[in-house]
Amino acid sequence: MSSEPAALPTEHYLSGGWDLKSWLLTTDHKRIGILYLVSITLMFALGSFYAALVRWNLMVPDGSHMSADTYNKAFTGHGVIMVFFFLIPSIPATLGNFLIPLMIGAKDLAFPRINLLSWYIYVIGGALTLYALVTGGLDTGWTFYTPYSTVFAQSKVEIAAIGIFVAGFSSILTGLNFIVTIHKMRAPGMTWFRMPLFVWAHYATSIIQVLGTPVVAITILLVALERIVHLGFFDPNRGGDPILFQHLFWFYSHPAVYIMILPSMGVISEIVTCFSRKRIFGYSFIAMSSLAIAAIGFLVWAHHMFVTGMAVYSAMVFSALTYLVAVPSAIKTFNWTATLYRASVQWDTPMIYVFCFIGLFLIGGLTGLFLGNLGTDVHLTDTYFVVAHFHYIMVGGAIMGYLGGLHYWWPKITGRKYIEAWGKVSSLLVFVGFNLTFFPQFVLGYLGMPRRYYVYPEEFQVLNVLSTAGATILGFGYVFPFSYLTHSVFRGRPAGPNPWEAKGLEWTTTSPPPTENFHEVPIVTEDAYDYASPPREAERA
Amino acid sequence: MTPSFPLVPERASSVAGEVDALFLFILVVTGIFAAGVWIALLYFAIRYRRRSPEDRPPEIHGSLALELTWTIIPFLLMSVMFVWGAKVFFHLNRPPDDAMTVSVVGKRWMWKLQHPTGQREINELHVPRGRAVKLVITSEDAIHSFFVPAFRIKKDAVPGRYNTAWFRATKAGSYHLFCSEYCGTEHARMTGRIVVMEPDEYETWLAGGPAPESPVAAGEKLFTELNCVTCHRPDSAGRGPVLQGLFGRPVKLASGETVVADEAYVRESITSPAAKVVAGYQPVMPTYQGQVSEEQIIALVAYIQSLQIPSPAAPAGASGRSR
Repeated sequence: MSSEPAALPTEHYLSGGWDLKSWLLTTDHKRIGILYLVSITLMFALGSFYAALVRWNLMVPDGSHMSADTYNKAFTGHGVIMVFFFLIPSIPATLGNFLIPLMIGAKDLAFPRINLLSWYIYVIGGALTLYALVTGGLDTGWTFYTPYSTVFAQSKVEIAAIGIFVAGFSSILTGLNFIVTIHKMRAPGMTWFRMPLFVWAHYATSIIQVLGTPVVAITILLVALERIVHLGFFDPNRGGDPILFQHLFWFYSHPAVYIMILPSMGVISEIVTCFSRKRIFGYSFIAMSSLAIAAIGFLVWAHHMFVTGMAVYSAMVFSALTYLVAVPSAIKTFNWTATLYRASVQWDTPMIYVFCFIGLFLIGGLTGLFLGNLGTDVHLTDTYFVVAHFHYIMVGGAIMGYLGGLHYWWPKITGRKYIEAWGKVSSLLVFVGFNLTFFPQFVLGYLGMPRRYYVYPEEFQVLNVLSTAGATILGFGYVFPFSYLTHSVFRGRPAGPNPWEAKGLEWTTTSPPPTENFHEVPIVTEDAYDYASPPREAERA
Repeated sequence: MTPSFPLVPERASSVAGEVDALFLFILVVTGIFAAGVWIALLYFAIRYRRRSPEDRPPEIHGSLALELTWTIIPFLLMSVMFVWGAKVFFHLNRPPDDAMTVSVVGKRWMWKLQHPTGQREINELHVPRGRAVKLVITSEDAIHSFFVPAFRIKKDAVPGRYNTAWFRATKAGSYHLFCSEYCGTEHARMTGRIVVMEPDEYETWLAGGPAPESPVAAGEKLFTELNCVTCHRPDSAGRGPVLQGLFGRPVKLASGETVVADEAYVRESITSPAAKVVAGYQPVMPTYQGQVSEEQIIALVAYIQSLQIPSPAAPAGASGRSR
């Protein structure tokens, strides 16, 4: 990094023009990644707006800020948008789309047109769901539990369900595309065990997407069918079984948690090794633990259902398997921490997000042990303890990884640097705001406050006010990166091909990369994260 | 607003202490782990911070011994948590034999409860301290969940099914009852209280108010009104199985399976008679789904439960036995 590059390369994937056609008809994985980035950012803003409504209402115990129906629609809108339209596509569809071909030395994904199609499907699914939310709202909760959703709910369940059904295909196609790409498109010398762990994590994620998403798609479609043509799948008065819905729903929706967190773990593995300037500790254990999570993750779904009256022995089996799936996550955490031992740790913004991730994911994962436990889950399930737990995983884990990854690869994506000081300040805001929002909710849950209550007993108010205060800080923490990252696109200093002195093929090409990614096909001769040998970006760039 | 700031919910049932002990155990173990990782993380991040751009740390690939250590130790600790949790769960799911049965029907957005002696209550349940109370829980519409934080118990009220839960209150007082499964607009107002009274106060409370009709008596009346008696005769000459002495016993089914005739089985046999036909009988019974309310089914079940084999040796008043 001896000399600062004066300008961006003259030719790169964005130099071809910014007109509408160049975006809407593109098959370049990098441009499609950006289309997704813009789409999910809009969805995130809307989901955050709903969260703000929820937190505003809960400042007072008497529900005087809004009506019961408004509140119910707000938490449903928050959940549906954040889960199906932000968290599930977040890292795979943006960073994964952009980086997987670059990381394995390919020109594009295996099926560039299917890649574009998956974005259009996402947009159509999103539009249908937004239409439902805007024209009448949805009040079933993101979980659509039957028979409430099929018999009693008066809101726009059908359209929203069809929207989610459609969006599922986007996820399936992306997963399929990644699997084929990783199998068939690796550059010469890029063996499986030379692949970056980010690619391993996406491989595991894609398997879950391809195998799990069809189940939830069908399940949601059954809900719509029971409403529209009155088939009796779940309504006991028509001979259906309401608990069957929960089995089908969680069969996907628990693995879906791993769709959200595994890519984030992949990001963490990349950043921790770069900013330690050291090969990652236990490469193969981290890679294999991703696959183990994907496999065992399919066998734990009924731990959401311990109080439904399921047989005691089947509850025991699901509890035991739940404990088993915790082991590979623990292995990853220990390996990341061990990577720092005798390292050369650089405290830049992406690395600070890694610290946030490990610290918060640890709390999220460990509190899962209370919920996977049969004895304590009975008291804690369906309370704010659960809300706090999964936000520590999904925000503390998935979003920290997403923000870390966005900062880490931002110079690669845009060719420009953001202002580092702003990055540090906002990561601090996010960390403080997040903990203040969600830590009190663990206490609330243990004290017995149920989820999805727009009114609550007065003794819970202090903790709820703290939580809302935290959410306010967290909100600012999100606005800052949006501002300075956008600013950097226009005013940021050129980053050069490898501003972090990182290893990995994506750093050997220009920033932003050319449309075909590499001017000549790279040949891989070394393991991933070979930080012991000197940087060699100079000879490549 | 009183700035009260409790960190532990009230403990008012015999199992609350058990659940809290387990909670504390997991809290301590996970707390030690979390603190260990945080301290290591921060220590390494500061101790090994980059001092010069030329830093080249030594290469460390990994260590099989370490990997095994941090796989096996968490695994063993989690096994302890699992076994302990399973033990508590068993206890939570096994009502004692001497429990009094209270029926619970969830309906948007209220709880309807009935004592074994027939008293009905809405959103409020009076129980004596020290006596085990078994709850038989169902729903008329959506899924609800019966949650009493101070007792550490929760069980879903599922339409078409009977779930059971139980508690033994240990402290007189008034405790929150919440619906904890989202059930629509006024879900948050589907709340009530459990009033735990000293046993003698409870007797006084029971004696107050008009003498109610017991579920058994109501069930007997329905049994006649619905003409159940024409097929289910006390002798074995009817078209349906004999119900005397049935409850709590294993039943051999036409499919070859054996089920125990508990509340759920009797209920199912009323609403979906063809589902589990007793061996040796034809599936001729019509469904009573929609013709009887959940409360009427509960009365019928209570009546069938009370039917003993008419034998001179049978002790009188054995009807409260649940299994």
